[in-house]
Amino acid sequence: MSTQYPALLVTIPLLSGFVISAAGWLNRRLCFYIAVIALAGSAFSCFGVLLQVLQEGHVTYHLGGWDPPWGIEYYVDYLNGLVLVVVSTVALVNLIATKRSVEEEFQEKIGPFYTLYAFMVTGLLGIVVTGDAFNLYVLLEITALSGYGLLGMGKNDRATLSTLNYLYMGTIGACFYLLGIGYLYIVTGSLNMRDIAQILPSLYGSKAVLAAFIICLVGVWAKMAFFPFHGWLPNAYTHASSAASSLIAPLVTKVMIYVMIRLMLTIFTPAFTFSVAQLSKPVVWLAVAAIVMGGIFALAQRDLKKMLTYIIVAEVGYMVGGAWLGNRAGMTGAILHILNDALMTLCVFLVAGNIVYKVKGCAFDDLKGLMRKMPFTMGAFVVGALSIIGVPPTCGFFSKWYLISGAIQAGQYAFVVALLFSSLVNVVLFFRVIEIGYYEPAGSHHGHEHHPEPMDEAPLTMLVPLFIVAAGLILVGLYTGDIVNRIIELAIPNGIV
Amino acid sequence: MEDIVQTVVAKYNYWIYITLMMMGLYAMIAKNNLIKKIVGMNIFQTAIILFYVSIGVKKGATIPIIKALHGHHEAINPAEYMNPLPHVLMLTAIVVGVATLGVALAFAIRVYNRYNTLEEDEILSQIRTKTEEI
Repeated sequence: MSTQYPALLVTIPLLSGFVISAAGWLNRRLCFYIAVIALAGSAFSCFGVLLQVLQEGHVTYHLGGWDPPWGIEYYVDYLNGLVLVVVSTVALVNLIATKRSVEEEFQEKIGPFYTLYAFMVTGLLGIVVTGDAFNLYVLLEITALSGYGLLGMGKNDRATLSTLNYLYMGTIGACFYLLGIGYLYIVTGSLNMRDIAQILPSLYGSKAVLAAFIICLVGVWAKMAFFPFHGWLPNAYTHASSAASSLIAPLVTKVMIYVMIRLMLTIFTPAFTFSVAQLSKPVVWLAVAAIVMGGIFALAQRDLKKMLTYIIVAEVGYMVGGAWLGNRAGMTGAILHILNDALMTLCVFLVAGNIVYKVKGCAFDDLKGLMRKMPFTMGAFVVGALSIIGVPPTCGFFSKWYLISGAIQAGQYAFVVALLFSSLVNVVLFFRVIEIGYYEPAGSHHGHEHHPEPMDEAPLTMLVPLFIVAAGLILVGLYTGDIVNRIIELAIPNGIV
Repeated sequence: MEDIVQTVVAKYNYWIYITLMMMGLYAMIAKNNLIKKIVGMNIFQTAIILFYVSIGVKKGATIPIIKALHGHHEAINPAEYMNPLPHVLMLTAIVVGVATLGVALAFAIRVYNRYNTLEEDEILSQIRTKTEEI
């Protein structure tokens, strides 16, 4: 059984999607439990694969018994072993945490919602586990199509239009990736990532290889909302239902960062990425722009969820910039930040979900008096906020530390300044929210009648997963050393010094 | 001049796919009507499908069906057969394209039902007046 983990982690959620769809006709309440069992099985397989990787270095799985490079190969090493665990855990925790809000928001459509949820997780895990460049494109589109459905099926009127805009941009991104893979196929005749990597070194001088690299990168950047291509993200995530946005916001951008790192390190070796392609400087400058613009746009928002979406734009800048610094510390920071940012984003989006569940909105005016009304939710929010700002011992501090030391080593001082600027902006952003929640009494339009509002917390099923995530932020921070030494150090090839 | 003509003619398949792709991209960026944008998106995807199909073709080659009795394999000259792999890959890409088109049209219908128009500027002005009222 344990040899089948790489296949099981994708097949279980895929098949469960169909079962959930059928169960939706019989009894809507079954859907949630089937989804939980399926995602738990998938998460178990992911942990199993990671443990195997820790023992053996890497795990390969040949689908249908066809040997690579002809068949599709699943290839798990330290890098995607870690990302697999992150994706499956975040998806499972979010599924449990949002049970009540899904029941409230979707009612008749619970079946379709959980079906798409399972397909989305299938796609995300598939992208991470696959070792085949074209297979990755197909899974990219599975993720994207189920993601459009999830984002667009909420009650908010504006969700449809903003999702349609996401669909245009997502399609452009995926098509560019496909085109880049086409160029690679022309020059190498292979689609298997490791096979391409073996054939490429003699062709590094070729213009077609450079074109393939840049076209693939542009496609992936459009998908991850990297700065000039970020336009679709804030509206699409803001207007979606809370359960959908707290699944998609932490995971999709991080998985795309993973794809970018895979392109840079595995398909194209570090020697090509950092020496031949000469792209480091411009890309890091773009990342600086992403961080600064994300921060400035976030400052202009008057809605908690929208503010958080612009913070995601800035965080994407952190990871892209870190990966492109071209040294070990920067790459460590980028990979560690995939883990940390997935948890932080999950934490604050779950908080936004709880607030929407109780207060029916999360504009800043709705947040007044929330510290008294929902102390536990807001407590978790403070932990998430401290982590995004980067206060030790929360995990956000450590990845920022690696990123900054990488930037100093590489001499990219603009990136250091951008990171510090972003931390300051985050302080302003989050303390403004906390201040509104703490000092401004609820319903202040009734001025003189000033009595504290009774506590009205979200139900336990929403609070407990939220606390687990908040505790996770601190735990991951405390165990950063182990994670870096035992996993991330080994995920980075020796070519990067 | 002759050089340029020669490069264009010799690699006409690439020029066709680039032209189609840019047409699609232009429609997606510049058109105001949601359906026209979706059509542009489809042209964009089809251009890449054509690109892939054209790279599998070889001059004077035939379809890749190899006649061989069991145990009697003769040496195969790959120049005689087209490369079937890009074509097969595009079957998947076509399916993806159709699915994307379906989802996009479904969203367009929902947008139309809500705003009674498919012109993006009119929808945006409706959204703007609505947020101002609040």
